[in-house]
Amino acid sequence: MKRFAKAMLLLVVAAGVSGCSNFEPWVKPYERDRLADPIMALDMDPVSSSYIMHVYEAREGARGGEGAAGGGCGCN
Amino acid sequence: MLCLRHIVIALAGLLLGSTALAGVLPEDRSDVMYHLYEGGGVRIDGPSVLMRKQVGSSTSFVTNYYVDMISSASIDVITTASPYTEERTQWSLGMDYLRGNTTMSASYTTSTESDFDAKTYAFAVSQDMFGDLTTLTLSYALGDDTVGRSDDPLFEREADRQQYGVGLTQILTRNMIATLNYQVVTDEGFLNNPYRTVRYADPSVPRGFSFEPELYPNTRTSNALGLRMKYFLPYRAALEAEYRYFTDTWDIEGHTAKLGYVQPMGPFTFHVKYRYHDQTGAHFFSDLFPRAQATNFRGRDKELSPLTSHTLGLSASWEFIEQPEGWKFLKRGSLNVSYDFLAVDYDEFSDISSGQPVGSEPLYELEADIIQIYFSFWY
Repeated sequence: MKRFAKAMLLLVVAAGVSGCSNFEPWVKPYERDRLADPIMALDMDPVSSSYIMHVYEAREGARGGEGAAGGGCGCN
Repeated sequence: MLCLRHIVIALAGLLLGSTALAGVLPEDRSDVMYHLYEGGGVRIDGPSVLMRKQVGSSTSFVTNYYVDMISSASIDVITTASPYTEERTQWSLGMDYLRGNTTMSASYTTSTESDFDAKTYAFAVSQDMFGDLTTLTLSYALGDDTVGRSDDPLFEREADRQQYGVGLTQILTRNMIATLNYQVVTDEGFLNNPYRTVRYADPSVPRGFSFEPELYPNTRTSNALGLRMKYFLPYRAALEAEYRYFTDTWDIEGHTAKLGYVQPMGPFTFHVKYRYHDQTGAHFFSDLFPRAQATNFRGRDKELSPLTSHTLGLSASWEFIEQPEGWKFLKRGSLNVSYDFLAVDYDEFSDISSGQPVGSEPLYELEADIIQIYFSFWY
């Protein structure tokens, strides 16, 4: 668990530092039309995918790690 | 007791996961679903209603009402108990708060059935960075379960669950997006099913075996790492691929892979997918123990057996209210129908209802039909 906490801290610091940088995105906002298409949503139907993951967790011994934990394409 | 105890954390994931679009609040949306699972002597159906509404410019609320109506005559039930019916009701409430490129989310979920209560508190923070090419999500959920027995009002056991998650979503090219998820779940407390039994060889009875209660370790920690990618094809269609590696302290190791294809055609969208899962068994699982109390821990839950599962899914959506026209206050509306066929082959779990001599029973196989019908509205 200590390792996990260290990894968390590192990611938070990285996130903080990124706010101060002048980063040039290699995919410009005007190039994200395809990513903004609803068919490209990582989780097109949250209610449905949550239900089916629930079925898998009940029928199998594994859990977690599947699906889209979040994220956007900055195209809205 | 319903074996689907992970639903609470899964639903917490729904409320947080679907809202973890940093920099922008999720769309106002409602879904009204009827779901049905039927297979292996088990029928579970019921409604699920989800509503999400933005209040002000920076806050969005979401609520979900979900019911499982269970009628079970599963292989476990017909070999060791009597068929039963059960109902589980679940309520969730969550909110998202947007500030700059950061979204903070919190949710509370409660699930109630006659012999199992669960409460889950979940939190998440998402941050957009690198010109909105990258989204980092950190999440935490705490689950508090109370396990009872319908035949013993004095029986009460506790189990605590904690889930830590890190998710990284990355735009790779103008046609490709990927998300990497790492989740650690720790359980502590009463983790087995109070009704389920294990089987052991017993030469003193004519059928050659008897049953005794299962006994699981009091702790479990699992790690899951998943990668999902989606690619926009040269024409308007999308290809998706996913892989998940799983390992835990019960010695279950799993590999899961999924492929999907999304094809829009006018107001319709078709989605076909195939999912494969393979896992090893828990170290304390045995189909037939050599004698009573043969090991410190023992289980015969078929989900803890080595197994392989295949799922073939088909779904179709019809967008009957389209943008930009809309209808009254609705921007979009769709009717969605989904069918999944699930087949599970158990490598060590026998079908003892076959009546074959002990030790020579055929391995159990499960086939299930999963149907979802739901309306979705955006407003």
